[in-house]
Amino acid sequence: MSYDRVNMEFYRGLSPGTVNILRTAKIADARKTLVSIPPKTLDSSWNMINNRFFGRRRPAPPRPIPPGQYLEDGFPVLSAGPTPPVDTATWEFTIHGPGGNGNDSGTETLGSWDWSALNALPQTELHTDLHCVTKWSKLDTDWRGVTIDTLFEDAGIARPGGFVMAFCDGGYTTNLPVEDIVDGKGLLVHTYDGEPLAPEHGGPVRLLVPHLYLWKSAKWVRGLKLMEQDSPGFWEGYGYHMYGDPWREQRYTND
Amino acid sequence: MDWQIATVESVHAESPRVKLFRLKLPAGQKFSAGQYYDIRLTAPDGYQAQRSYSISSSPEKPGVIELVIELIPGGEVSSYFHEAVVPGERIELRGPIGGHFTWTPNYIKPLLLVAGGSGIAPLMSIIRRRATLDSSPRMLLMFSVRTEHDILFRQELERMAHEDADFDLTITLTRAVPEGWTGETRRIDAQMIDTAFDAATGKTRLREAGTGTPEAAKAAPNPAGQPFGRAYICGGTGFVESIASYLLETGMDYDDIRTERFGP
Repeated sequence: MSYDRVNMEFYRGLSPGTVNILRTAKIADARKTLVSIPPKTLDSSWNMINNRFFGRRRPAPPRPIPPGQYLEDGFPVLSAGPTPPVDTATWEFTIHGPGGNGNDSGTETLGSWDWSALNALPQTELHTDLHCVTKWSKLDTDWRGVTIDTLFEDAGIARPGGFVMAFCDGGYTTNLPVEDIVDGKGLLVHTYDGEPLAPEHGGPVRLLVPHLYLWKSAKWVRGLKLMEQDSPGFWEGYGYHMYGDPWREQRYTND
Repeated sequence: MDWQIATVESVHAESPRVKLFRLKLPAGQKFSAGQYYDIRLTAPDGYQAQRSYSISSSPEKPGVIELVIELIPGGEVSSYFHEAVVPGERIELRGPIGGHFTWTPNYIKPLLLVAGGSGIAPLMSIIRRRATLDSSPRMLLMFSVRTEHDILFRQELERMAHEDADFDLTITLTRAVPEGWTGETRRIDAQMIDTAFDAATGKTRLREAGTGTPEAAKAAPNPAGQPFGRAYICGGTGFVESIASYLLETGMDYDDIRTERFGP
């Protein structure tokens, strides 16, 4: 297949994902042809070329990162409001049954842990990459905490189906399918890189679900509410994706 | 959310490190003051880079948006915009995005805006939106920049502060201070905020005494004695963290403090 104007038209019927695969595979050959194509030919919602965008680039990541992401060495802080003061002396994490309207109103408490109870549970180390919807990815982060599996087991909760709403100090919420936080995929973390998790990064305890965009890894988390039906949390209600898989670039509603 | 292609209408160097880009959108989507767009650049070899930029123009004028782009050393997208983008260039984008760091005129309590550097961008949209209204809430902008050259939108802000008794402007320079500068000259700290709060509280009392209208009553401080109903803070992480934490200490409600943080 050669990349001439006819083929640019040919792309129009394909999904963006297919086009990206095709382009990535063949684009090196196509480069000279593409540059010479008049801009109007490329006018499509998923395929335009900035002809002079050769310039400086971020170093290539040591392994693939999700589409649209760039590597970040620092650890940016993004929160919708101030960092709430959280005292481990009064901190408590609770799991609530389904029902009720608010985060925990009118629902049965299935399990609760204070700071020392959380620390007395079996601890799990996790080495993982992070992907934030604001485009940065951070590789090789080290965390320590307690898996959601451990919490369910400790409270004697049979693995539920459906969804959870994570709720937090400061009022933040985010929704996740239960199957995405069990089998070691979701943790309550209190230690980052060997140190207590800093408040601006969600300390003393945040949820960590690293295979989804980082807004799902709720900072200052205080509990989970089981839900039979999925329901939007804080950012999901503002047009962010209900699920948030970075590898499928599910940043916003209908992505 | 679909990608679209916008056309650059104009490029303006607003400061040594910041350029303003006016982009004509293919469909004149509406947006709220405080929202942003995602930009995607694609190189001829298929390499892509995405970044988000806040809209600084007023939602009163949909169809054309102004984006504030600061040149970040080594920044692949910002350097392309600063070095290569000229009027007529077509840029792929999608949006508008964001719904928490926004303001609409149906919120009528006094507003505190705090900007650090190019963090003025989404706040400028709020300021400009407010300026289009017949009846608008009292507003204070505290704007922290390094040097006099970094005061973005200076003429527009100073003119507004001069002409509008309900718009107050505090600019502070954190590095080089020119001869004859009469504004503040340090980072925004607790004392600077306290002073602003005291001045605002006094102003609210005057306003109430002067008019006694329902609007003035609604615009009065909340029962906790706060002179501002809501605060919007945008800038670097350390800047936002310190100011948001201090506002919490003053007794402002957590939900009334809205933040947007730039950079690591």
